[in-house]
Amino acid sequence: MFSNILIYFVVIPLVMMLGLALCRNIKQIRAVAVTGSVALTALSVWLLVDYLALRAAGATEPMLWVDSWQWFAPLNINLAVGVDGISIAMLILTGIILITGSFASWEIPQPKEFFLWLILLSTGVYGFFISIDLFTMFMFYEVALIPMYLLIGVWGSGNKNYSAMKLTLMLMGGSAFLMLGLIGIYYHSAADGNLTWNILEIAQNDAISHGWQKFLFPMTFVGFGVLGAMFPFHTWSPDGHASAPTAVSMLHAGVLMKLGGYGCFRVAIFLMPHAANELAWIFLILTGISVVYGAFSACVQNDLKYINAYSSVSHCGLVLFAILMLNTTAMTGAIMQMLSHGLMTALFFALIGMIYGRTHTRDIREMGGMMQILPYLSVCYVIAGMASLGLPGLSGFVAEMTIFVGSFEHTDLFHRVFVIVACSSIVTTAVYILRVVGKLLYGPVYDEHHLTLTDAKWWERVATAGLIVCVAGIGLFPNFFADLIKFTFSPEIFTVIGLN
Amino acid sequence: MDITIPILILAIPLFMFLLLGLGGVKMSHKLAGTLGSLGMGTVLVLSYYTAFTYYFSGNPEFIDGTTRLQYVVFNQTWLQFTPNLAIKLGFLLDPISALMLIVIPTISFMVHIYSLGYMEGEKGFQRYYAFLSLFSFSMLGLVVATNIFQMYIFWELVGASSFLLIGFFYTLPSAISACKKAFIVTRFADLGFLIGILILSFYTQQLDFLPMTQNPQGVLASFGGATFMGASVLTWALVLIFTGGMGKSAMLPLHIWLPDAMEGPTPVSALIHAATMVVAGVYLVARLFPLYMLEDAALMFITVVGAATAFYAAMVACAQIDIKRILAFSTISQIAFMMVSLGVAAKDNVAIHEGLGYMASMFHLFTHAMFKALLFLGAGALIHAVHSNNYTAMGGLRKYMPITHITFLIGCLAIAGIPPFAGFFSKDEILAACFHNNWFWGAWMMMVAAMTAFYMFRMYFLVFWWNNPDYAKEHHGHLPHDPGIAMSFPLIFLAIVSTVCGFIPFGKFVTFDGHEYIIHLDWAVAGSSIGIALISIFFAMWLYAKENDKPRRMADSCRWLWTAAHRRFYWDEIYLFITRRIIFDGICKPIAWFDRHVIDGTMDGFAYVTNKASVAIKGFQSGKVQMYIWWYLIGAVVLGLIVAVCVL
Repeated sequence: MFSNILIYFVVIPLVMMLGLALCRNIKQIRAVAVTGSVALTALSVWLLVDYLALRAAGATEPMLWVDSWQWFAPLNINLAVGVDGISIAMLILTGIILITGSFASWEIPQPKEFFLWLILLSTGVYGFFISIDLFTMFMFYEVALIPMYLLIGVWGSGNKNYSAMKLTLMLMGGSAFLMLGLIGIYYHSAADGNLTWNILEIAQNDAISHGWQKFLFPMTFVGFGVLGAMFPFHTWSPDGHASAPTAVSMLHAGVLMKLGGYGCFRVAIFLMPHAANELAWIFLILTGISVVYGAFSACVQNDLKYINAYSSVSHCGLVLFAILMLNTTAMTGAIMQMLSHGLMTALFFALIGMIYGRTHTRDIREMGGMMQILPYLSVCYVIAGMASLGLPGLSGFVAEMTIFVGSFEHTDLFHRVFVIVACSSIVTTAVYILRVVGKLLYGPVYDEHHLTLTDAKWWERVATAGLIVCVAGIGLFPNFFADLIKFTFSPEIFTVIGLN
Repeated sequence: MDITIPILILAIPLFMFLLLGLGGVKMSHKLAGTLGSLGMGTVLVLSYYTAFTYYFSGNPEFIDGTTRLQYVVFNQTWLQFTPNLAIKLGFLLDPISALMLIVIPTISFMVHIYSLGYMEGEKGFQRYYAFLSLFSFSMLGLVVATNIFQMYIFWELVGASSFLLIGFFYTLPSAISACKKAFIVTRFADLGFLIGILILSFYTQQLDFLPMTQNPQGVLASFGGATFMGASVLTWALVLIFTGGMGKSAMLPLHIWLPDAMEGPTPVSALIHAATMVVAGVYLVARLFPLYMLEDAALMFITVVGAATAFYAAMVACAQIDIKRILAFSTISQIAFMMVSLGVAAKDNVAIHEGLGYMASMFHLFTHAMFKALLFLGAGALIHAVHSNNYTAMGGLRKYMPITHITFLIGCLAIAGIPPFAGFFSKDEILAACFHNNWFWGAWMMMVAAMTAFYMFRMYFLVFWWNNPDYAKEHHGHLPHDPGIAMSFPLIFLAIVSTVCGFIPFGKFVTFDGHEYIIHLDWAVAGSSIGIALISIFFAMWLYAKENDKPRRMADSCRWLWTAAHRRFYWDEIYLFITRRIIFDGICKPIAWFDRHVIDGTMDGFAYVTNKASVAIKGFQSGKVQMYIWWYLIGAVVLGLIVAVCVL
């Protein structure tokens, strides 16, 4: 079992939790958190290098390092693992955000408990990304959700009990749909009675009848879509993010919301291609609304976290929107957008947390002229904003352009109209980003008390600079990531692309 | 051709941006300024070398007999979308990009030097030079683009550098709103550009310029006569792409950001908002001109927009007080000249008069860059001297600022079209091109040219004459004086260029099909345009040479018109109404309310109903045994009754 490299993505966090339990002071806790997350990131980078080497050597299987260990024989539940380029990209993203999140929560109160829950959450995330067994995937998904309740409820701010409860209940509601969908898939997974939870086997069997697909596709898509902040199931996002502590916001918007998008294409579209093809239009409307609606809502918010949460609704809406375009280019763009949004939104939440930690307010009407007081953080905020509004050279641009070009391959009027509507979000995004830049960073100093604030500490610089480097990295060398992702979407692997 | 130099042309400004941006805080002002200027000086030398090699070397890569060729120095895939479509980054040398390789570094270098004096001691001096380098990098990348997406990338980057530079004085509320406005208005225009690119690339399966522009019939064929809402899809694509140009080049109705952009430092206005970035729209149309030639409707659209803008901006320029605003509107009007010139250059798929309009447009782009940068830098010197942007604070300055006065006068003569200054030659070609197309456009643009001469000399006389020279002394307490060498050198240099560059045989270098075009002055047009310009100048002189109340009486005689022109015909108010009242209050706020109260209210409603329901039924779980028995009996009776009814 331990000869498979993938299992270490779950083992390392568990070891970290053990280590954290033994820690006696904050220095040890920081050391464990940083070492562990660096080890995880290093492991995923190594995985990437190895993956590219194997692909270059001619490995054509859809997934590599595939392995399966029996867990509960009567229901055919296995711990099955395997990764492709997309999972690896997500693993790296998780690692980066975990490192920067650890730095961003350098001075959190009750660090031991905080990091324990945070690492448990990331165990769930890692487990989800490496699993190819629907049951274990779902289990890890739940493992990732539950710690959120405590992290927000205990370390959060503002109306935290309400927010924590709302977030958990809404996501659990999504899970209910999902559970139903997954069990449905299981019972139709094979024509010959050898039922299986394994994604690759289910896809190969292609045994789910069209009629059942039409039921199971919406179930799973909505189930994952709730976590991907799809309209109208997005309202947990503004409240949840607003109350969550910095690192949790970072991890949640940066990685957890990606679980939704990842699940949508890995389960909903990959396993139910025919239904996806027929029913995509319904969800295209919903996600198209998300894109525009989130952007317009963000324009009038005054709380920095609300602005960013609505911006996430818009950007994550674009992820699901692009996945539903069901062609290679747009879906590649969707994955790039997931990476891009994960990094830049983590950067945003890190910066907001740092500013909030100093000013004790997130209301942009009560702040101003931060550029003079906190030049480093302000410049980082401008860069994050530029990434968000799609400035070339940063990650947002390449992802959005890939999505738009890919989406435009559909020739019918319906798709065209929705693509143009989605394109219009580039203007709205500019409006709400520049509104914040103008009010918060530029202008005269609003509150004299802010004049005594000090600029970023070294660990804050590490967290923000690390994220900026990654955002710029994707923006400057997009072809590397596009190639990494594209292989997964070849028509041989992804039936739905062949259908289109 | 060796690719080292082209790469260096782009790499040096980028490197300077990173160096000054990351390390600038630790540098002294002097070091940062020197580094920035040296970097730009190197770029100037390298790009002159490249452009001159292209024009003069006679290398068969660049010229075939007498036909100039388009040469791709390198073209590297940056992001592959589909097997056919990819963003490539490259370096294209052709007559117009080589022209821009002369214009951009020249103006940029002059502005770098000028800023050493103008921005001396300003807070954020290093940042300023970093942004200037970023802008130069982006603008150079834009003009050498081999791929329409490369152009779009750098198009966005110049927009961002423009945003950063307009907002350079970021504590001033007016600068903040100006930079936001500039970015958002041009972004809105870029949405059109993007959609245009998407349509064009979808049909042609092509993003590189050369395969499209060298085979326009192929492009036409790939559209297969598709139509949408009564116009061909190709026309839609071209008009949408032109929308992007309308935004950057401040054409009506997307012009509103440019006058406000004058909130930036004056050298920035000279570089970005007069000479280089704002002509990007013209450059874009010129770059895709073989495609525009295919669709008369698209060309007509360009002509109408250009002609309307030229007239509108000239009207407004006549009624402004702030000298930078006058120059801004004059810029809008002059760019519109270039647009019109492109619009009239072809009809029925045939270039009129060997594509005279195309050549004239590029010629005017070149000369305008020189004399408009000169005028802006001159305005900077004036503002530096009297600490105000308004001509009401000036007057009679000719005595104290002789260098500024002479150079400014040369700039005014050039833009008014008086020979032998540069503007005369290029504007004359534009007017001739208009007359070759249609007498109406010719007459219309001739009228705008007359207005140009009037408003420029109105400003000139109000600034340098009007008041008694002593006015300045009394008004400011100290004597205004000419700026130092760092600022006067660029003025003198550009004044010399503006004087002589009209004699360049431009048709030899830049024409629409690469064949040489022999410029011969059409004296009927030239003579009348000189005549009209002189009349306008004398009219301005009659009104403004000496302090009097004729201008006031004239304004009073049609006050409404003057007020309307002064308020820029209320375009800003219209936009404010649309953005604030309709989009912000009418869309954003209701959506946010809807989200919080309807969508979220429904979700909260579920929780509320669940909660209430559980409260309502929790009484059943009372723990009282008597109650349980009571319910048990009722249940048993009801069940028994049901069974009985069913059995019977």
